[in-house]
Amino acid sequence: MNKFQTLTAVAAPFPKKNVDTDLIIRIERCTGMPREELGRYAFEMARYLPGGAENPEFVLNQPRYRGAQILVCGEFFGTGSSREVAVWALASLGVRCLIAPSFGQIFFNNCFQNGLLPITLPAPTVASLAQRAAAPDAGPFTVDLAAQTINGSVHFEIAPRGKKMLLEGLDEIALTLAMEPKIAAFQAADRQRRPWIYP
Amino acid sequence: MTAKTLFDKIWDQHLVEDLGDGVQLLHVDRHLMHELSGPRGQLEMAQRSLKTRNPELTIGSMDHVVSTAPGAKGGNAPWADQMIESFRSESRKAGVKIYDIGQDGQGIVHVVGPELGFTLPGATLLCGDSHTCTHGALGALAWGIGTSELTHVLATQTIVQQRPKTMRVRFDGQPGRAITAKDMILALIGKIGTAGGVGYAVEYAGEAIRALEMEGRLTVCNLSIELGAKIGMIAPDEKTYAYLNGRCHAPKGALWDQALAHWRTLASDAGAQFDLEHSIDCTLLAPQITWGTSPEDVIGIDGTIPGNKPEALAYMGLAAGTPIAGTKVDRVFIGSCTNSRLPDLRAAAQIVRGRKVAQHVKAWVVPGSWRIKQDAEAEGLHQVFLEAGFEWREAGCSMCVGLNGDLVEPQARCVSTSNRNFVGRQGPQARTHLASPAMAAAAAIAGEITDVRNF
Ligand code: SF4
Repeated sequence: MNKFQTLTAVAAPFPKKNVDTDLIIRIERCTGMPREELGRYAFEMARYLPGGAENPEFVLNQPRYRGAQILVCGEFFGTGSSREVAVWALASLGVRCLIAPSFGQIFFNNCFQNGLLPITLPAPTVASLAQRAAAPDAGPFTVDLAAQTINGSVHFEIAPRGKKMLLEGLDEIALTLAMEPKIAAFQAADRQRRPWIYP
Repeated sequence: MTAKTLFDKIWDQHLVEDLGDGVQLLHVDRHLMHELSGPRGQLEMAQRSLKTRNPELTIGSMDHVVSTAPGAKGGNAPWADQMIESFRSESRKAGVKIYDIGQDGQGIVHVVGPELGFTLPGATLLCGDSHTCTHGALGALAWGIGTSELTHVLATQTIVQQRPKTMRVRFDGQPGRAITAKDMILALIGKIGTAGGVGYAVEYAGEAIRALEMEGRLTVCNLSIELGAKIGMIAPDEKTYAYLNGRCHAPKGALWDQALAHWRTLASDAGAQFDLEHSIDCTLLAPQITWGTSPEDVIGIDGTIPGNKPEALAYMGLAAGTPIAGTKVDRVFIGSCTNSRLPDLRAAAQIVRGRKVAQHVKAWVVPGSWRIKQDAEAEGLHQVFLEAGFEWREAGCSMCVGLNGDLVEPQARCVSTSNRNFVGRQGPQARTHLASPAMAAAAAIAGEITDVRNF
């Protein structure tokens, strides 16, 4: 998995509330397309006009925000279904960091599994970052995960485990597989306590 | 000993290892798969040469991409057939039992898990689907996971989770005539919003919850994710045990007695502390219906459309300040893991019986499982629907998600018993109004959104 350490990149303001995973990627795109190709369909319904042409109003279609790797989002970003394809689509688009007042919880977990950093900050802080990203002379943002700062000044909190996974590009499955003896011991004891669980 | 909540008891009983900072490794007792999210996880497993650790603790069903056209036996597009076939063969290789199309046990995972007695009180249950919260209705600790987590479950039979906070919602008083579980939970979402439950495991309690049958409780828990909560649960009681007794995967004989003794210890202790409490007075509820593009955009059927979300109103083609009742509809969908169980179909049939679907409306009933379809037909419910002009279809997710060609046309208006009215959920530019099965049936007959209490 890609490590996430320091990222300096264009940040796009995307203040829409309740951006759900259906909006991030339509479900019919979730049926087997390779991960790398999903970026083309991210935000499909908002990004393209009914005829298939780009919607010039959509933030990521504006020349200055094309290729933005940081999105400053509205409340409850990634709400809705569990489809991890939503995170893959964003990753395939090049997005590495999301900043929002709150996130859909399954989506939030999925981010860590895919090298994407979701940052939760109070709504007023997010609003001022969005303002900064929207300013005509906005430069790129710098997100420093080790220091837990945005642009050197805005501090954010992150769970230590998620931080470690992103910093080191760790894989959760490999970490848990190494704990196999503990899992076996749990099951052995649990078979005594709750035999009906094990057919 | 300190008083514990239902959630705490179950969580603690599944602790394999504390990973620090509130993150814990939990045992997964039950894992459900379906042909949409399953194959992705199975592909990951194959690519990493991993072996399914406990195939006997996983079952699968076909629901998302199966065709629900009457008499259909597969997907309705080559890619759907491919997913179905890949799910079948990978599951067979892994030793995972699949309830396949046309078999007893096939249906929407959140319908068949309880129906098969696979979902049990006190068990942890995961599925690669956000509405896994549904299973909490039986007192299980259940939530939805993404593909990486699904792969993690297959490989290790565990899950890494941050312990959530706890919330209790009390539904007090007895709701009036025609007020259903769907109206209760929609009213709660309207009150606290779709972000109201973020970070919480929710326990539903109170007189009105106890009065609900299992199917109604499943409806309530189903919409927990629409509150932003991954987990919703209801303490098991005699109704739960009666519902489970004798079902295919439920414990039998001495194991049943042993399980039952354990299940009786699970309810939240008196004096258990929750991080947050809410309550709803059910005596005041009118039938609920959504008007916007989020489940929190909900009002009573006697209400007027608010003006606080102009973008949502533009999408929905509605005007602020007008009554929601009387809005003309084009489609009606009775189905989904929210409301496709036998009592839901009975409630809808009761409204429909002896009446006709309005001429301009295309109305569908899609039973949640193969078994429900058989049982409904044995009662003659299909005749009631067919005679009124409804389509009576095969079990599956169908128009809830519009993945299998079951789509609402652009700008068409659909009253749906499902759980999401997001932009484009039922098809590009489709306009969805969420409501109970009886309200949906009434809309089909009247040809417009209408108060079921007038029927
Ligand atoms: S019925 Fe709808 S919400 Fe339920 S599992 Fe199927 S697609 Fe998801």
